[in-house]
Formats: sequence, C-alpha cells, structure tokens
Amino acid sequence: MVSMVGRSVRRWWGLFTLPTVLAFVVGFVVPFVMGVYLSFCRFTTVTDARFIGLGNYRAALSDGEFWHALVYTVAFTVVTTLVVNVVAFAVAFLLTKAIRGANVFRSVFFMPNLIGGIILGYIWLLLLNGVLAHWGRSITYSGVYGFWGMVMLYCWQQIGYMMIIYIAGLQALPGDVIEAAQVDGANGRQTLFRVTLPLMMPSITVCSFLTVTNGFKMFDQNLALTNGAPSNTSELLALNIYRTFYGRTGFEGVGQAKAVVFFVIVAVIAVLQNRLTTSREVSA
Amino acid sequence: MNQMVTKGVGLLAALTLSVGALAGCGSSSSSGDDKADAGKVFFMNFKPEAADQWKDIADEYTKETGVKVDVQTAASGTYEQTLKSEIAKSQPPTLFQVNGPVGLSSWKSYTADMSKSEVYKQLNNKDLALKSDDGSQVLGVPYAMETYGLIYNKDILGKYMKLSDARVKSVKEIDSFEKLKEVADGIQQHKDELGVKGAFTSAGFDSSSDWRFKTHLANIPLYYELKDENVKAQPETVKGTYMPQFKQIFDLYLKDSTTDPKQLSSKTGDDANSEFALGEAALYQNGTWAWSDLEKAGMDKSNVGMMPIYIGAPGEKKQGLATGSENYWCINKKASKKDQQATEKFLAWMITSEKGKKAMSSDMGLTTPFKSFDKVKSDNPLVEEAVKDSKSGKEQVGWNFTMMPSEQWKNDLGNAMLEYAQGTGDWDKVKSAFVDNWAKEYQANHKA
Repeated sequence: MVSMVGRSVRRWWGLFTLPTVLAFVVGFVVPFVMGVYLSFCRFTTVTDARFIGLGNYRAALSDGEFWHALVYTVAFTVVTTLVVNVVAFAVAFLLTKAIRGANVFRSVFFMPNLIGGIILGYIWLLLLNGVLAHWGRSITYSGVYGFWGMVMLYCWQQIGYMMIIYIAGLQALPGDVIEAAQVDGANGRQTLFRVTLPLMMPSITVCSFLTVTNGFKMFDQNLALTNGAPSNTSELLALNIYRTFYGRTGFEGVGQAKAVVFFVIVAVIAVLQNRLTTSREVSA
Repeated sequence: MNQMVTKGVGLLAALTLSVGALAGCGSSSSSGDDKADAGKVFFMNFKPEAADQWKDIADEYTKETGVKVDVQTAASGTYEQTLKSEIAKSQPPTLFQVNGPVGLSSWKSYTADMSKSEVYKQLNNKDLALKSDDGSQVLGVPYAMETYGLIYNKDILGKYMKLSDARVKSVKEIDSFEKLKEVADGIQQHKDELGVKGAFTSAGFDSSSDWRFKTHLANIPLYYELKDENVKAQPETVKGTYMPQFKQIFDLYLKDSTTDPKQLSSKTGDDANSEFALGEAALYQNGTWAWSDLEKAGMDKSNVGMMPIYIGAPGEKKQGLATGSENYWCINKKASKKDQQATEKFLAWMITSEKGKKAMSSDMGLTTPFKSFDKVKSDNPLVEEAVKDSKSGKEQVGWNFTMMPSEQWKNDLGNAMLEYAQGTGDWDKVKSAFVDNWAKEYQANHKA
C-alpha cells in the first residue's frame, strides 16, 4: 500500500509540486531577492535601478522617524501581545467551562476577525472620534491617542482568533492529568497554573508567535486609523517604510533598505520568541 | 485497477492545480487583436473629482474611433505612488501628469517630446509648457488653468451685510486682510442670527484637505516673497518674509471656524465641502475644481462667488485670485511609438472636437489654456468668477507652489501647521518647516 502511493508520488511529484513551487518562486523568492538587491540601488521604478552600495542603509539608520517608529512598534507589540494573549486565554478558559450559550459567545468573539483591517480601521476611526469629540479631541490629536486607539482596535480584532486556538488547546488537554490533580487536592488556581498552563505551552507558542509578528507587521489598521498623524508620531514601522518608499522622490531605495532591516528584526525576534516558548513546552 | 484509479485521480488533481496557475498567463494576450494597429491610450488621471467624466469621454472616443482608451484615477494624494507602480508594469500609462517643474524632474526619463503635438501648438501662451533644461524639447503641456481663492456664500454674506454693525455693504469692499478679518469676526459673532456654525469651513488636516493649507495657502506668502525678490525660477532658499501674514490668515481660519481646532486633524475635504454647501459656513478656501462637488451637494449656482485670499501683504488691494496650473500632460517616452501617437491623437481630439471640448469645459469644469477653447463658455460659476477676475486688471497670484522643493516639504509644513493649530506645537516650527526645510529639501532633491 505504502509502496504503491510512494511509487505514484515518485512518478508524479512534478505535476503536484511544480505549480506550487512556481507560484512560490514568482510570488515570494523573486520579489524577496529583488527587494534585497534594490536596497542597494537608487531607482524610481523597480525595473531600472542603479547600484549605489550602502548609501541607502546609512540614510535609513540616520532617520529619526525610523527610530521613533521602531520604538513605537516595539511598545505596541509588547502591549498587544500581553493583552491579546491574556484576554484570549481567559475568554477561552471561560468558554470551555459549561456556560449557557458558549457557542454563541465563541462566534461573537471570533466575528471581528472576519472584517478586513482597513474597514475595521475606518469603523473604529468613526467610533473613537465620536467618543473623543466629547472632549473636543480626535484620534489623531497626538501619537499617544493613536497608540491606544490602535491597541484597542488590534486587541478587539485579534482576541477572537487567538481564543479559538486556545479553545482547541484546552479541549485537547488530557482529562486524566487534571482529574489526578484534583484527586491530589489541588485547588482551581493550582490546577490552572501548575497543570493547565504548562500543558498549554504549544498553543501559547503559536499564539504569541502570531501576535508578535502581526503586531510588528501591522499596517492596514495603522493606515486607516491614523495614517501616522500627527507629524508621523503614530506611525508603525510598516507604515514608515511605505511612506519612505512612496512618499518621497529619490527615497525608494531608502525605503527598501528599511524594509530589509525590518525583515531582519522581525525574523530574529520571531526565532528568539519561538525558542523561548518552545523550551517551556512539556508533555503530559 | 487500483493503480489506474490512483493515477487517474492524481492526473485530474494535478491538472486542476496547473490550470488554475496557468489561467492567468493566457488572458492578457488576446485583448489587443484587430485594433492593435491604431495603438491604445492609457491615461493615469490625477483628478479624482473628474474621474467619472474622464471615463465617459474615453468611452465616447473609443466609440467614435475604435481606439481603446483606458483611464485610471489615483485616489486623492496618492498619484505619485500609483504612477510609480503603474509605470513599472508591462502595460504602462501612455499619458500621465506631472504637477510642475519639481514633479517633472522626477519623471524626466519618461517624458517624450511634445513640441510637434497639436496640444502644444494650440497653447495660447507657449511659455506655459514645461521644457527640457536646454529648452529644445517640450516635456509637459498644461491642460487646465485653475483658480483658487475664498469661495463665499452670497446669501450668508448678504444677510451679514444687512446687520446693523456690518463692516461692509458689498463684497467689493472686502479688499484687504483687515476688512476680511472684520467681516469674518462679525459673522462668527453673529453666527446664530445668520444660521451658520462659523465664518470659515473647517481647516481640515486629513490628507484630503491639508493641501489647501500646506500648498495653496502657503503659496500666497511665497508669492509675495518671490515677487519682492523678483525670483522667477525655483530658488535654493527662501527667507519667509511674509510668515507673520501667513500666521494671521491661518489664525483667522482657525478662530472664526465651524470647528474646534483640536479636532482638525481628522476633518476631511468632504467635511469642509458639505459645511459650505449646507450653509454652515460662509467662506471656503478652495478653487474652481470644487464646483462639481458643491453642485452635487446641492449648492445653487447663483449663490457662490470667489474673492482673493488677503493675508495683509503690502499692495494687496490689487491682488487677484490665484491662477495657474499644476496639471501637465506628459506622454510616456517608454511606451510604444504607436501608443504614443495614439495618445497624441487622443489629446488633439480632446481639445478640438466639440465633444472633447464640452467634456473638458463644462463636465470637468476646467479652464483650458488652448486657442480652440476661445469661444467656449463655462457653466461653472467659479470659472466665471475667475474669468471676470482675470479681466478686471487685478494682479493674478501665480501658482508658485509648483516650485516648492518636494512633497516632503509640504508634508512637514502641513504637520507643523496642524500641531500649531491644535496647540501641541508652536509657530516657530511652522517657520522652520517653511524656511529651513526649503534649503534642506532643495539640497536633497538636487544632489541626485
């Protein structure tokens, strides 16, 4: 049986994998390599570029707004990662208990995730500006307003998604271990922190990976909600790169260099974070 | 048997996958077919307010001549980036726009010579065209002369002038910043009696509106400064001679406004447009292009007028409206020869045929610099005001903002103005954004 499937696979692998490989090369490998190359060039359109060496990186790293955006993004990611994971876990924990209407609540919490970031951004823009108008302000009054506005929006959107992952994790927990803990006289808190949480580490790894990288890469919501205003103080890294690339003639290469730096940062952080949480995973 | 089934299913699945992947390749090649000889036109339109009109006239042209005309419009404030990605594609725009000498410098390697084109020959004043540095080639031809100023609501001003403490009895008497300020303050003071929320519409700093201030309003002090210094080409530095006047007009916009300055950061162009159209404000800084939106919002033709923006500069009694162009047609040099010719023909048709002329003058509300339009009368009341103004012997304010060193310069100025407006920054930052940044951005753009 195995050998038969194996033989077909050996004979037909090309037909199955080549379209995907082709799509991957066209859609990812080529743009990526081109992007790295362009970060060393001066260009207006991506098809005619002139090599200039490291100048773009020098300009990118000496741009104060880039550093501001970096710090702002790190703060944003830290806050949202904590809030999203804690709340999503709590909600999942509640909704796996026998509550009436748990399924309805699950759908309700998940719903925001089905709406695109740009639309969410504009909806929240109306909501927040409507509320802030009471105090004669608007969301783009200062970068701090924008920060918390985006945190709210992002948490609202992401909690439902992470909740689903946590619910799946909680439902897959081995019942016997928890039962054993209870028989041994552990109270609710002890069971949660000593048994449930360590067993949930795989889900936590996945969720924190997703929230960290998504937080770093957030763009749509930022664009729709504040567009960096005022004075680019509410600008996350992705938007800063976008604005550098498209906003200024002659700065396309600098934007590209920033994008490469950005990629390195996100990759390093994602790997570190993955190591960190994976190392805490246990098996029952 | 079993093997056959596996094979069959496998083949089927593989085919399904690859059909999906290949489908994209086939479709684009078949569309050109028989009309390919005549070339085609792809216009990257800068003006969102004229998007529908361009689509209509393009269809009309295709119906008449069989030449395909695509029009794509970039959303407000995103023209440069849209053009940047469109022009890199294999079917790039054959016709695009630059906003003046500064815009031209970034697209120089894409602009074809238009000196033999009909549109250039038809220009009333050939000096208006953008030329190459040595003057031998015509790289951009303006197609729209536009005018901006303070649009006013005649009804509301009429009501104001009937008040017992009205400072003027006719709009003509408003001929200086002092008068303008008295009137605006008066309207603001009596806003409940007059049924308005403020004298000026909100000075919104959303990207759909901030150009009215960082570009158009900033042009007025810039105009006076360059006039004093007798500067004609883009200067390396500016002094900011008229910054105090710039401040006082901006202060007036903020104080006698419908809106709390702290909320300006999110106010849009639509907000200001509807405030004015609904009669919530009497004065609205915008230009001839604003008419189509005002009309859509229900404004009556007989109810609008336009006056110059007085900032308190010396000799402003003679100041007229601000007229110029930031709409230059450029033909893409890197498009195929056939398409370039088709584009030239299309442009010629636009400015000489009856249909084209009607579309440009009445549907889009443009005032054109072409001889062929001499007899065309516009039904845009703001254009009529502009024409009247140009014949009144007043001195037209030029569009010197086409010399502003970069988009970045404008954005920085806009940011500083917003911070000043909402009280989170001071005027010195606006000054430095205007003066210091000019030199910096000029250098950045000229080192290349």
